Amino acid sequence: METATSQPPNKNPEFNEFNSSKVKKSKSPFQLAFRRFLKNKLAVMGVITLFIIVIMSFAAPLLTDHSPTKTNLLMVERPPSEEHILGTDSSGRDIWSRLLYGSRVSLTVGFSAMLFTLILGVIIGSIAGYYGGKIDNIIMRITDMVLALPFLVLTLTIISLVPKVSVPLLVTIIALTAWPNMARIIRGSFLSLREQEFVLGARAIGASDFRIIFKHLIPNAIGPIVVNATLMMATMIIIESGLSFIGMGIPQPQPTWGNMLSDAQNIRILRDHWYAWIPPGFCILVTVLAINFIGDGLRDAFDPKSDRR
Amino acid sequence: MYKYVIRRILIFIPMLFFLTVIVFILAKSAPGDPFSTMLDPNVDQQVFEERREALGLNDSLPVQYVRWISSVIQGDFGQSLVYNGREVSELINDRFMNTIYLGLVALFFTLIVAIPIGIYSAKNPYSPLDYFATGFGFLGLAIPNFFFGLIAIYVFAIHLGWFPAQGTVSNPNISGFQEFLDRIHHMILPGITLGLAGTATYMRYMRSEVLDVLGSDYVRTAKAKGMTDRNVLYKHTLRNALIPIITLMGFEFGVLVSGAVITEQVFNYPGLGTLFIDSTINRDYPVVMALCLIFGAFILVGNLLADIFYSVVDPRIRYD
Repeated sequence: METATSQPPNKNPEFNEFNSSKVKKSKSPFQLAFRRFLKNKLAVMGVITLFIIVIMSFAAPLLTDHSPTKTNLLMVERPPSEEHILGTDSSGRDIWSRLLYGSRVSLTVGFSAMLFTLILGVIIGSIAGYYGGKIDNIIMRITDMVLALPFLVLTLTIISLVPKVSVPLLVTIIALTAWPNMARIIRGSFLSLREQEFVLGARAIGASDFRIIFKHLIPNAIGPIVVNATLMMATMIIIESGLSFIGMGIPQPQPTWGNMLSDAQNIRILRDHWYAWIPPGFCILVTVLAINFIGDGLRDAFDPKSDRR
Repeated sequence: MYKYVIRRILIFIPMLFFLTVIVFILAKSAPGDPFSTMLDPNVDQQVFEERREALGLNDSLPVQYVRWISSVIQGDFGQSLVYNGREVSELINDRFMNTIYLGLVALFFTLIVAIPIGIYSAKNPYSPLDYFATGFGFLGLAIPNFFFGLIAIYVFAIHLGWFPAQGTVSNPNISGFQEFLDRIHHMILPGITLGLAGTATYMRYMRSEVLDVLGSDYVRTAKAKGMTDRNVLYKHTLRNALIPIITLMGFEFGVLVSGAVITEQVFNYPGLGTLFIDSTINRDYPVVMALCLIFGAFILVGNLLADIFYSVVDPRIRYD
């Protein structure tokens, strides 16, 4: 966020804060928000935790020699040992390795579902909020229609309509059911923003609708967009794990934290093999917690008024 | 107020219509038709066509919609493709009340935990219990309910043996009050699991609402008059702080019923949630669609009740 400068730092300590590049320009709202964010200990902790989890998922091949999908029927449901740090599951697959590789799937699904939903929501919400009137009305009725069903119920129903679930398909289905909330948030802020004078000014000098939306409206609504997108990623991770847990998400043998937990529906595994289901559940919990802290930190950073706690 | 209530009910009707339309679209996009599983695949193609014609599957979509909706209104959702062709309405009837009971237990836990703790947190902000409650709130919202349910079974059912891990009754031969107690005993763990996220949400709401009201002018006036803290709390603060909670409860009504989907699965509880999951896994579309309709209707009715109740308890609210 800080702009890099090539000039030498001012010798006078009093002026140090006004680095040459900032003499004319005061701090942007972004820089202010960034500062406030860094002061929030929980949020910073969240960033560090999430960073570690992401690094571990990238470095999975370095952290384990076992394949996450290779079954070994001679080594079924073994307790933790030197070779298998967290033991093996009911098909003899190494749990530690599945945990590491599973984080890739869980994080990818969470992130791409969030991104896809965000894009859909921003486009639909922008159109509705910017144009208003009849278009807005039609879009909002479609939104009502999608929201008439609980999110999980709609997602499960659509999943039951397709023959086989894969990662891209699951992401698409989630995005197709989850966009209305995002669209509503964006529409709401656009409805008030578009009446403001800078939009009138932009229109007066002949800016196109596209330019007004992307250059003027979205940057002004960026706070709620970023906050909600962050919190949405946490929701997406929970949704994916929930779907995989009940066996309607990512199918075996591809590991995700959710389908690793589904082994624990067997009461024998639940009772005797804690190492098979506590670690993936704990990973989901920590990841979601970290993302929620980041989201809350961003909210406070973008909106100093929200500091009610 | 009456005007508002009537307008709100009028909005409810098109929303119900949208719900039926989307369920109809979903039902129509289901692969295959009722015959692909009911009829012998070797049957002559012409017989097949005749049956399709007889059942009206070749009619235009609006005609099919009207026929479908009129049978749905009469409670006829067709027959299950899996449970030996049993009536869908019968299957749902068997389990409907189980889900409602579970929802009520969850709501009960949510309210008796969230409201007192929320009030305490607001009256003693930054006290140890307040910090504990905030931490609990974060955890409650971050933990997937199925993971929490598994932990609950592991700790309280398997290791401590305080509660049963599954089902609704342990002994089918008991009745009356004993049966009631047994059912409650079975619903405690799933109820807490289902109510967890709501508890965390309500606690946060309650705390910030009470804090808001405590800082308002009329509370200061009441204190200036010499009212005791207790009276200020019960006569002024709670009345106003509870308004958003009541609204939330209306929404919760729908959330609980559909939130039961995963919780019921964890506890193997025979409610609408397990029926829904089983039906999606078995591709039992008539059941899936009927449940979609019911879950959706719950959400809509919950929102309707929330809005109406809101306008009743808070006369300041006027929508025009």
